[in-house]
Amino acid sequence: MCIKQLSVFIENKPGSLADITGLLGENDIDLFSLSIADTAQFGILRAIVADYEKARRLIAEAGYTVKLTDVLAVAVHDSPGELAGILRLLAESRNDVEYLYSSVRNAGESALIIFRVKEPELTARFLADKGVRLLTQEEISVL
Amino acid sequence: MRHIYWNETMERMDRSSLRAIQDERLRDVVRRVYTNVPFYRDRMQQAGLTPADIRGVQDLHLLPYTVKQDLRDHYPFGLFAVPQSEIVRIHASSGTTGKPSVSGYTSGDVDRWSELMARSMYCAGVTRGDVVQIAYGYGLFTGGLGAHYGAERVGASVIPMSGGNTARQMMLMEDFGTTTLCCTPSYAMNIAESLREAGVTIDRLKLKVGVFGAETWSPRMRYLIEQALGIDALNVYGLSEVMGPGVSMECLCKQGMHIWEDHFIAEIIGENNETLPYGQEGDLTFTTLTKHGMPLLRYRTHDICHLTDEPCPCGRTHIRMGPIQGRTDDMLIIRGVNVFPSQIEHVLLGIKGIEPNYMIVVDREGALDTLEVQVELSAELLGDTVKEIEALRSKIQTKLGNDVLVHADVKFCQPGSLVRSDGKAKRVVDRRKM
Repeated sequence: MCIKQLSVFIENKPGSLADITGLLGENDIDLFSLSIADTAQFGILRAIVADYEKARRLIAEAGYTVKLTDVLAVAVHDSPGELAGILRLLAESRNDVEYLYSSVRNAGESALIIFRVKEPELTARFLADKGVRLLTQEEISVL
Repeated sequence: MRHIYWNETMERMDRSSLRAIQDERLRDVVRRVYTNVPFYRDRMQQAGLTPADIRGVQDLHLLPYTVKQDLRDHYPFGLFAVPQSEIVRIHASSGTTGKPSVSGYTSGDVDRWSELMARSMYCAGVTRGDVVQIAYGYGLFTGGLGAHYGAERVGASVIPMSGGNTARQMMLMEDFGTTTLCCTPSYAMNIAESLREAGVTIDRLKLKVGVFGAETWSPRMRYLIEQALGIDALNVYGLSEVMGPGVSMECLCKQGMHIWEDHFIAEIIGENNETLPYGQEGDLTFTTLTKHGMPLLRYRTHDICHLTDEPCPCGRTHIRMGPIQGRTDDMLIIRGVNVFPSQIEHVLLGIKGIEPNYMIVVDREGALDTLEVQVELSAELLGDTVKEIEALRSKIQTKLGNDVLVHADVKFCQPGSLVRSDGKAKRVVDRRKM
């Protein structure tokens, strides 16, 4: 049910982000979704890509601390209120959301919501019961 | 300039009488350690010595050196020369790894320490009627209690503030009419700056003198502190292994610190373990003459300085040591706390997933030292939320703080980002300008 997300530790210095995204671009790795959490000292880059193993290797070889994290992904229609609906359900599930971000592939069509929760299996089952379908790794790969 | 003496007979004794006291007390301490401390008996026997071979100071060079590692090897109480039941106080300072260097005092030792610190207070002109604010840390560190006992002995009113809480320090300094400030020179500088920021001018204070130690400082810094606080800023020296503050103290002539020679013999040892003549710089080495709890023979402090026996205008006859010029080992002094890089390494290597690559960066912001420990973060340790990474950071900081006794800022770096050098890695960058 979970999909793999790249989590990369980056020091706050100019060029780090360009470095990593550039590396992925050069190797034809398409970024489906990306978010950055930042503090004064460092940032954490989170990204969803198709070939996550290859991406992980490339980033590690370039000298970054990188690991794969299990997250959940939902596709919703890109229209007002859709995200709020999902968030309301997540709140109901009483399973803490560690973080959440979203991206739109084609305007007006579907939007991707990525989130990490403490217990992904529980949340996945809860959402399925409510009729929300989670995306699988395979589906992500062919987006 | 009017000089006062706490113990004029001893402090102004002619050199030959002083030497006779040293001879007698050296014979006594050698007998005591030979009888009561197996470590010293073994060392002396290995050198083919019995107590009778040490007739006086002229034979001092025959005795073995003591180094910090010896304290560690006999941790915690192995070098005590009296039963533990005779020990009334235990202090400790930084060791080179997880275990500290321990020092034990009999009630007689505490009494003599108070006497020497009282002499030191008199060197600074501090006496009954003075208000002494002690902003050295109280605790295992000898600074707080050492200064405290000396100030009480001379009959001053003592404010046992301990370090930190600068706002409160300033308030009491003004309200209580503090005349004497005891702390590290960098903390004195910090207080001076905070007073200026708060708009407190020195005419609102009664400060006249500072007894500053536990750190080296430059003549320029002395000048700045004296100007900012309107005081005489004097150097005090000591280390817990040998006693604590009051091993030596500068008088108002400010021409080096008088070593209380009726209680300690100081030597300067060169790179080839030879005793150097007065005037030359080397490793300051002490033999304690009157300590009963933990006497030490020829203890190598690793502090670099010179000695001089030129007469001092203050009238004291005891020799003086120059300011500490540096260390013969890699010990750092951060906010008055002795820190060995090996202690930091020890803590880091105890945390699973920390790469064995790190960098220690010491700097000075305003008047206060900062310690940053840069650590490479492995994928194993990487959490992917800010909360997790901050939790790990604070865990390492707490562990460092507990072991090293000074706050360290931990900064995570990418693997491989820290400079590696050929052979021995350079792990310490000290950016402080004294």
